[in-house]
Amino acid sequence: MDLNDTPEQAAYRVKVRGWLEQHKAEAPEVRSTRAGAEDAGYLQARRAWQGKLAEGGLAGVTWPHEFGGQGLGPIEQVVVNQELGRAGVPGILDVIGLGMLGPCLIAHGTDEQKTRHLGPMLHGDEVWCQMFSEPGAGSDLAAVQTRARAEDDGGFALNGQKVWTTNAHFASFGLVLARTNPDVPKHKGMTMFILPMDAPGVTVRGLRQISGEAEFNEVFMDDVRVGPEMVVGGVDNGWGTALTVLMYERLTIGLGSEGLGYNAQRFARALAADPGAVKDKAVRKAIGEIGTDLLALRFASYRTLSALSQGQIPGPESGLAKVTTVNAAIAAGDLIADVLGPDALDEDSEWSYMISFLPGLKSAGGTEQILRNTIGERVLGLPPEPRLDKAVAFSELAKLSRPGGSVSSGAEEKEGAAA
Amino acid sequence: MDLSLTDEQEFLREAARGTLSRFKVIEAAHEALDGGLEKLPDLWPAAREAGWAGLLISEEHGGAGLGVFDAMLVAEETGRVLAPVPFLGLLPATAILDAAGDARCAAVAAGELRPVWIPTRPPGDLEPNWTVDGPGVARPAAPTIEGDGDAVRVTGHAAYVPDAPGADLLVVVGVDGTVAAVDAGADGVTIEQVVRYDVTRAVAHVTLDGAQGVRLAVDDGVVADAATSTSGAARSTEAVAADAATSTSGAARSTEAVAADAWYVAQALVAAETVGTVQTTLEMSVQYAKERFTFGRAIGSYQAIKHELTEVLRRLENSRSLLFYAGWARDSAPEEFALAASAARSAAGAALDFAARSNINVHGGIGATWEHDAPLYFRRAQLTRRLIGGHGDATDRVAERLLAA
Repeated sequence: MDLNDTPEQAAYRVKVRGWLEQHKAEAPEVRSTRAGAEDAGYLQARRAWQGKLAEGGLAGVTWPHEFGGQGLGPIEQVVVNQELGRAGVPGILDVIGLGMLGPCLIAHGTDEQKTRHLGPMLHGDEVWCQMFSEPGAGSDLAAVQTRARAEDDGGFALNGQKVWTTNAHFASFGLVLARTNPDVPKHKGMTMFILPMDAPGVTVRGLRQISGEAEFNEVFMDDVRVGPEMVVGGVDNGWGTALTVLMYERLTIGLGSEGLGYNAQRFARALAADPGAVKDKAVRKAIGEIGTDLLALRFASYRTLSALSQGQIPGPESGLAKVTTVNAAIAAGDLIADVLGPDALDEDSEWSYMISFLPGLKSAGGTEQILRNTIGERVLGLPPEPRLDKAVAFSELAKLSRPGGSVSSGAEEKEGAAA
Repeated sequence: MDLSLTDEQEFLREAARGTLSRFKVIEAAHEALDGGLEKLPDLWPAAREAGWAGLLISEEHGGAGLGVFDAMLVAEETGRVLAPVPFLGLLPATAILDAAGDARCAAVAAGELRPVWIPTRPPGDLEPNWTVDGPGVARPAAPTIEGDGDAVRVTGHAAYVPDAPGADLLVVVGVDGTVAAVDAGADGVTIEQVVRYDVTRAVAHVTLDGAQGVRLAVDDGVVADAATSTSGAARSTEAVAADAATSTSGAARSTEAVAADAWYVAQALVAAETVGTVQTTLEMSVQYAKERFTFGRAIGSYQAIKHELTEVLRRLENSRSLLFYAGWARDSAPEEFALAASAARSAAGAALDFAARSNINVHGGIGATWEHDAPLYFRRAQLTRRLIGGHGDATDRVAERLLAA
């Protein structure tokens, strides 16, 4: 058991630190306020900075060399994250592209797709978005209704609506999960597509959040034509492709809690500025508990990294890190606002932004309740939730969602027998 | 970075599990609860044979020279089965004896002499926020160690000392951070075993009335100067931690830093032991949730139960992660050990509070009965939470370190 850098990791850290020393003057500031999220000039600066990081080998750390990456492991990625934090500069802008969608293309994409897309994605020239969630398909992701109708020319026509699409308002491309076959059970009839966000029929509408800013979007697709070369991972094989993205999403969230800025030291610093708060027993108890949770998370991520570096795949239990992160940060926001008073809720306050952002983050990557179901079943081995739709053709599902509705497939009995 | 266990560590853990599996502690604990403490198996011979007493004693002093993380692996196993083995009170004492180069180390490591650590107040200048104040509301006088040279007289009181019953040698930390060894049979020593809510853990009130002892000072003879060593109670945790940080270099280690380190070793061991207990309660709950049917379904298929048990798992895994932090910090980042051990104890204690109650809840009414095993784990949670400074003190230390940074 050793948490220290190996000699190789230490050398890598020195190299990264040296590069950042040399270039950090070119970096934009770190902003976590509504104004920062809405400033187009700031976003442009962040894209340019991602390009610099890529040139310096600090973006795409775990991507293979042939796609412009460094061919290194998750531990080196964490070293980079730590050094970015230490230098006080922002990391890459397109966390979703580089962390989740790029790796999915690397795993499932065609040679043409990789050649065309991975380079511009890495350098921030083309930002990507993930179009999975829909108004009726959130944590139950396989319920997506966006249809992809096969056309005579071998291409597809997409119709439907996506929601909670981060960065869609400035993304060049996205991955869309759509239904190609409604006559089979819901997990089996989906396909993953690359969608150019400027294709005719695509409409992006900002979705204002509690904080007032709009970094999420609704995306509408109205007979949007995509060629067969846009299919990723095979027709009707979209669920398998999506699972790859979700695996990387777990990893990104699980290892990225510090990257989100939710760390014990930052919260404690805000409280320590108030001499009364430092002596207050209730404040101390609360920050002691919050700090303990967040410290645990740091070492939980090191445990995950150790497992990954030995070739293990991140399991569903990584989702627990998100539960801890979000709930600890919510508690910290409440505590800090209690100490600082209503000033903490001022529009320009970093705490106001965080407090407003967190309730939504609770359901990002799957709601806490669904995560607990998954972990309870797959990690603890508890019996499954009844899933009434498991064996039903997607086209029959609408009947189930009506009050008193039922279908004749006997899904319930099958579920019971399985349990 | 590599957080996997070495082959030696895996072996140590498996060996501990094997040793402990020979005893039917839980069955005996039920009988002990009815006033038959003698029903509890005597685990000391097995512990002695396994070499646990020498885990933290260096090889040059006759021990195994292993690290605190290794000892924590054993503690996790004792916690899994609520083993009534003198381990928690033993190990911090051996760490001090070893640092002092005491001649009795070899006998201790061989299991011929059983020492126990008598903590006083927590180290540092924190307003004592602990829950163990001794019986009643009055805080009894913590031991003072008086006398120049080697021969000292020790006077004072330490309440609810784990593993004090039956010990041969008391390693007493005075309020000023100095340390003395006192024979358990010496004049003026009273060890009063007290009624235990958790029968699997032996605790005693220790009263010292001018008992004669021998001063223990660190091996290298560089005792902190008089000014710092006598004002121990007024020194900051930062200063003590800084001493501890330099302790690996050996040159500037003070007795006071060794005494403070022993405090945090105890916190880390409580944390590890507690993680083992949480693991067992989770296994019990999950097993039952799969077998018990209500309204035609196994209760574990209901979200109310499933979510509660994943909460136990979440707290367990967070606590386990902090065990790695504490074990690593003791060896590689001693300046963080106070924070790491406190965080580990705080997280593990909270996890067990939750897990022990959840276990009873999942079992329904049967889980709250005298015959069931679940109450034994609940009793463990309740008593342990309040020992050695208590859980609240550990949480407050995390806050102290964070707010000072």
